[in-house]
Amino acid sequence: MAKTFQGRIFVVRDNIDTDQIIPAQYLNLVPTIHDEYEKLGSHAMCGLPDSAYTTRFVAAGKMKTDYPIIVAGRNFGCGSSREHAPIALGAAGVKAIIAESYARIFFRNCVATGELYPIDAQERLCDTLKTGQVGTVYLQENTLEVEGKTFSLKPLGDVMPVIESGGIFNFARQNGLINTASNAA
Amino acid sequence: MTLTEQLLARASRREKVAPGDNIWVSVDVLMTHDVCGPGTIGVFKREFGREARVWDANRVVIIPDHYIFSADAKCNRNVDILREFAREQGIRHFYDIIDDPKGLWKFDSVKGPVKRQYGSHYAGVCHTALAERGHTRPGEVLLGTDSHTCMAGAFNQFATGIGNTDAGFVMGTGRLLIKVPETMHFHLVGELQPGVMGKDVILHLIGEIGFDGATYRAMQFDGPGARSLDMDDRMTIANMAIEAGGKNGIFEFDAKTDAFVREAAKRNGAKADFDPVEADPGQKFVFDRTFDLSKIEPTIAKHPDPGQKALAKQCGDIGLQRAYIGSCTGGKTSDFLAFAKIIRGKRVKIDTFGVPATPQVLEDLRSIKWDGKSVWDVMVDAGVQMTENPGCAACLGGPEDTFGRVNQPMNCIATTNRNFPGRMGHKEARVFLASPATVAASALTGRVTDPREYL
Repeated sequence: MAKTFQGRIFVVRDNIDTDQIIPAQYLNLVPTIHDEYEKLGSHAMCGLPDSAYTTRFVAAGKMKTDYPIIVAGRNFGCGSSREHAPIALGAAGVKAIIAESYARIFFRNCVATGELYPIDAQERLCDTLKTGQVGTVYLQENTLEVEGKTFSLKPLGDVMPVIESGGIFNFARQNGLINTASNAA
Repeated sequence: MTLTEQLLARASRREKVAPGDNIWVSVDVLMTHDVCGPGTIGVFKREFGREARVWDANRVVIIPDHYIFSADAKCNRNVDILREFAREQGIRHFYDIIDDPKGLWKFDSVKGPVKRQYGSHYAGVCHTALAERGHTRPGEVLLGTDSHTCMAGAFNQFATGIGNTDAGFVMGTGRLLIKVPETMHFHLVGELQPGVMGKDVILHLIGEIGFDGATYRAMQFDGPGARSLDMDDRMTIANMAIEAGGKNGIFEFDAKTDAFVREAAKRNGAKADFDPVEADPGQKFVFDRTFDLSKIEPTIAKHPDPGQKALAKQCGDIGLQRAYIGSCTGGKTSDFLAFAKIIRGKRVKIDTFGVPATPQVLEDLRSIKWDGKSVWDVMVDAGVQMTENPGCAACLGGPEDTFGRVNQPMNCIATTNRNFPGRMGHKEARVFLASPATVAASALTGRVTDPREYL
């Protein structure tokens, strides 16, 4: 994955649980089947209540989101251990989440799959930023730039190379921890 | 070392571990189900090869339970993927919905969701089934592709939920890299008062520490109060450690644990030898508080998260349109008995659905008789819509045709574990979490009601 990326920001608040990221009725889709992986992306974040979120994350009839960067409050990804959650976001085209904090299993699933970067913010950005603003994430510099303003981010540390290599299996192979070849198409 | 540290030290063959250590842990049991199993199998085959074998076919337990009683073709297919894999790998502990190992599963819509549609191997909700079938053993490490896997911490073991990719790795290697969590100590004293259940305890504790108060941490429950709780209450409490963000919940081993585990192992012919861990006087905690169980009152968690604690007696203004009893957390035999005691001889005022967690629970409800009437009939006569098909059902919404699913905006009170927006189906509906006793009393009045009014 690139070390710098730019795109529109989608802002959500605290406790965005895995049901809001990918509602349970779509868990009949199996992420390792290509078409179903893509379909998961089209449903990303569709569990957000319409009363609280008027903008759709993935526009009706579209497979990908216009918002590759998500800004969130506390405890993003809480709830179930479904890996469908980071996968739906990754399949929709999300590159990074910048949250105040994460639920443990979701964070680990982001790293294990290498789908996207779960970055910790240094401050509560969900109060300052607005959906639709364009942001640039500089992974090396640990910053987010939005409309001329720079916000510092916590370094990803040890998990960065794992995500860069595409998840734990690729990372383990590249570092000699396992020696089987991947059958990925 | 705390109970969790001792378990992880043993599983990594180390003398000592400390919070923050990243260690390779040997896994005793890996559990997966129909929602995450097919994806886990996909990862396993992609990464280890089409011809790869699981690290130990006797240690992989597969329990279809989530989307079984649905006409959705993909849901039915997912159970077939599990069956094919179990056959190919020689997995003994596969609790299939049908009896024919070469057959295909197809839900019969004409028969519908209420009449029995399962064979002789089906086990119901995975966490309850793991315990019932003797797969939860003190001293062991249990990983599962489900966040409520932490329920097995009731049995003095390290148990936590993992994703498909991690589970695929475990399938191939039997090991996983785990960070040792800090431990929060919940020292329990006193005993539960009548009308108060394990569910009230955990809702109270989550409310005290907040919805993310245990993130990355172990929750250790011990002391005389913990020992006074029966195994079902301990399971309910450990089950919801994840609702405070916890990595695992853990109880001490005692005679009650021993009796439960031995009975379960005998019932299913499972491995019965185990080696519990005991508290170490030098253990260090990141949080240490004493809670008096006798002071805990019937507690609910209001929408929209499990940390929204309130006393049932102060929530009488919350009107309800639905009540629901079921799930790993609140669908055990003891949960139904507590519910039935309250509604016995009365009529529910709102739509009320009952889903036994497992076939064993269903059998118990049919065989336990009060004045010649089965508990099942007590439920039905009170107006509760009961299904003979145990499973996760509407606890997590599921496909649209799921029994009890909340398909419109409404207020639902449930014995389940989670109440974020959309959890039971409609994303504008509101779910209130409560004990089976509180859900029963509330079903009678149509508003949140303290069950002690009906004792």
